[in-house]
Amino acid sequence: MFLTFLTFLPLVGAILLTLIPRDEEGAIKQTALAFAVADFVLSIYLWTNFDSTTHEMQFEYSVPWISTWGISYHVGLDGISLLLYIMTTFLTMISIIASWGVTKHIREYMMAFLALSTGMLGVFISLDMFLFYFFWEFQLVPMYIIIGVWGGPRRIYAAVKFFLYTAVGSLLMLVAIIWIYKAIENQTGVATTDLIFITNNLELPISPQKWLFLAFFLAFAIKVPMFPFHTWLPDAHVEAPTAGSVILAGVLLKMGTYGFFRFNLPLFPQASYEFMPLIAWLSIIGIVYGALVSLVQEDLKKLVAYSSVSHLGFVMIGIFALNHYGMQGALLQNINHGISTGALFLLVGVIYDRRHTRMISEFGGLAKVMPKYTICFMIIALSSIGLPGMNGFVGEFLILLGVFENNGLWAACATSGVIFAACYILWMFQRVMFQKLDNPKNENLPDMNTRELITVVPLIILVFWIGLYPKPFLKTFDASVEHLLTKVSPDNFRPGTPGSGHSTHAKLIRIEDIARLNQQQKETK
Amino acid sequence: MEPIPAPAIDLISLAPVLVLAVFGIMVLVTDLFIGKDKSALVFISLIGLLMAAISTFAKYNLPVYSFNGAYVVDHLSVFFTFIFCISSALAILLSVDFNKREGIKVGEYYSLILFCTLGMVLLASSTDMIMIFLGIEIVSISLYILAGIQRKNVKSNEAALKYFLLGAFATGFLLYGMTLIYGSTGSTKLSIITNVISEDRIISEPLMLMGVALLIIGFGFKVAAVPFHMWAPDVYQGAPTPVTAFMAVGPKAASLAAFYRIMSETMPELSYSWEILLCVISVLSMFIGNLGAIFQTNIKRLLAFSSVAHVGYLIIAIIAKNSLSSSSLMFYMLTYAFMVFGTFGIVILIGQKGEENLEIENYSGLAYKHPVIAVTMTIFLLSLGGLPPLAGFVAKFYIFSAALKEGYLILVIIAVLNSAISFYYYLKVIVFMYMKEPVKEFNISLTPMTLIVISIAAFGTIQLGIFPDPIIALAQMN
Repeated sequence: MFLTFLTFLPLVGAILLTLIPRDEEGAIKQTALAFAVADFVLSIYLWTNFDSTTHEMQFEYSVPWISTWGISYHVGLDGISLLLYIMTTFLTMISIIASWGVTKHIREYMMAFLALSTGMLGVFISLDMFLFYFFWEFQLVPMYIIIGVWGGPRRIYAAVKFFLYTAVGSLLMLVAIIWIYKAIENQTGVATTDLIFITNNLELPISPQKWLFLAFFLAFAIKVPMFPFHTWLPDAHVEAPTAGSVILAGVLLKMGTYGFFRFNLPLFPQASYEFMPLIAWLSIIGIVYGALVSLVQEDLKKLVAYSSVSHLGFVMIGIFALNHYGMQGALLQNINHGISTGALFLLVGVIYDRRHTRMISEFGGLAKVMPKYTICFMIIALSSIGLPGMNGFVGEFLILLGVFENNGLWAACATSGVIFAACYILWMFQRVMFQKLDNPKNENLPDMNTRELITVVPLIILVFWIGLYPKPFLKTFDASVEHLLTKVSPDNFRPGTPGSGHSTHAKLIRIEDIARLNQQQKETK
Repeated sequence: MEPIPAPAIDLISLAPVLVLAVFGIMVLVTDLFIGKDKSALVFISLIGLLMAAISTFAKYNLPVYSFNGAYVVDHLSVFFTFIFCISSALAILLSVDFNKREGIKVGEYYSLILFCTLGMVLLASSTDMIMIFLGIEIVSISLYILAGIQRKNVKSNEAALKYFLLGAFATGFLLYGMTLIYGSTGSTKLSIITNVISEDRIISEPLMLMGVALLIIGFGFKVAAVPFHMWAPDVYQGAPTPVTAFMAVGPKAASLAAFYRIMSETMPELSYSWEILLCVISVLSMFIGNLGAIFQTNIKRLLAFSSVAHVGYLIIAIIAKNSLSSSSLMFYMLTYAFMVFGTFGIVILIGQKGEENLEIENYSGLAYKHPVIAVTMTIFLLSLGGLPPLAGFVAKFYIFSAALKEGYLILVIIAVLNSAISFYYYLKVIVFMYMKEPVKEFNISLTPMTLIVISIAAFGTIQLGIFPDPIIALAQMN
């Protein structure tokens, strides 16, 4: 019940905002912030009370909703969703602070953000497929409005593209959901969309598994975005207002990777295994392509947007390493990307507010006039590259470790992304911060003010916290990842285990298996 | 001489029809005695519809057959009668302010709506082709007049004439189809036809199939399915807006109910012949409806094409012909009623005397002058597109699950892709409302009755989207 309260608290705030007269901007902003802060502070309680030794859902709450169809309002959190949930409340708070300077239709703006927050939180807690889809689509509208109303010059194009891309993907997911709903009814006689029940009971032959996997894959891959489906992202990011970009990069993209954890892997383990190479290669293409395209961007925001494609490629390949390290790394990198890229967008927003341009060529030598800004930017840039001691390093290291266990070639290709990341980030940094300050417009730029620092400093603290002491985070994921692996581990599908028939992997007998065989032989003797 | 034995009639089950007939006549008579102010007529017709709606639920032990099995009150007809009463009441409420503004001062307007409702009830309740034909004719003739009720408006006249000519043509097809089916089965009663088919006693199969094809054409015209949809955009545009809303919901629902009875309930065993035909019609309706709507700049034409697309979705329910399909049809029509009346209510609000503001451009910047109206319009449009948490989504989910239960996977995939296409033009209106600057001053007079309709519709759209359970349970009772 507490979880429900937390999830709908921002929506209540949005509704309350309608009562405040339109011209009282101060009151509007303060009310919105109050709700966001309250939501964040209360969500910390979830983490402190979270039992990380079990993979079971916690803070669970279930009540029949559309009982005729066996649909219930079933919510809960486990290790996979908990931190994403808290990150959502956190970034909502940060983005509302970052939006203090918005003047156009401020009330509607704050309402959209608070409603968006409820939609995103709902996605992470839903344990019912219908409910999940419900929230998944629900958050689309506020984001669409945010991009379309408060965005840049090509905002309408970007907003419609964002909406349609996501809608196409998720509608096919809807078909898959209904298909599963019917399949589970035929199989067990229970008509339900309850995800836990379905995860435990659904048994599908490989062919429908593959199709369903692809349907879910499309929805989530568009959201992530994975390589050929990424084209909406740069447009959306470039046109969105700063806070919109923060939420988009920080949370919305994570809904895609979260979907893989929650749906694709546990529901279609065998298909996941079969599609592993395909997804790995798509991720590698995404990593390299995203990085190379970032290298040539002239617009700061576009650069960060393409770097997201590259970073999310890491997350995806980590998930589909299908082993403990890979998944832990992917989950951590999910959080890291939210922090680092969120902060990068905030920082880009800071100079955009001052200069109303984001072209790299317009800048140069900012270090002299904006020292605080430069320091913040440097820390975040380095974290984004994955410098040891900072968050990016831990995540990428774990992911690469996981991938390497699986396939050395993939790991080698993916690692190149880290090198490219250093290139585009450092080169950009050099062109913006160092060199000569030769553009007279930059000479009198004020440094970051307190409000701007308030938005960025907490992120910087997190960067170091995760970088130096990631244990609390990794521990949270641990049990859930372990449980997930019992279902999707590649070992399940290798010869000798029921349900497998892949002669191509016949040679891959694990050392443990040999040891066990030896032991058995000894015993028989 | 022996008197002809009167067939058994259950008057209680017939109450809605009787009430509607009595009140329709009452409106006509009262009209003679009152002056130019027609509010009394509105009042009487609303009472009539309310009483009809209540009397719908008078009978408990369903189904009840009357007139030698030509008329049935069963679950389907009860639910549809309920929808008709709601939609007609909303249409009348919408008309109050509109008629005042546009100077439509004919009392027959209200009685025609009542008679049309009567026809719809007949249509949804008949189990005999003669009765179906009667129902269709009552509905159509009332609509021909309603479409042209703005006598001094050329567009309205054009709409009426076009609708009449094409409608009469379609009726011909329908009647011919019925004749052929009668010829090859020997009966007009649907239950007997079912028996004849299942016992394989069809006299001439080719004639039968021909009859079915002609029936499909006839009904296709009535519900405006592609390729028989040509009249819809023009008639929707030309007819007075409340009548357009009325046409888009009630008569369409009634025809679909009868269509469902004939196809899914009577001839499931012939489905090999009509299924593919309906699939083609459904797919074409969705595509042409949605793609056509993209290019419209007039909101009423846009909604006309969108309603063509919606018929495409609805036909999927008929194709599925399982236990879920009738209830999904009912649920969809109910939600559709709310969405359509809401949208058209706002279209009426935006208009002014002599200037209807029907271009989508006229909605520019609405969100900042009248935020509540813009939000409500957004709700209706997104619900039409099928976005959760709104009623349109639940309705689509319903129809799709009915179809997937029977394995019509490709059809459902086509339908969802069409939903995605449809978002494009619904968003287009939202783009104008939220993301463009106003081109001219809004001069909206917030007329109370129209606002009531919009509020009811918005409430229904949200309520059925978030808490649809009671209505779904009601729809699935049989």
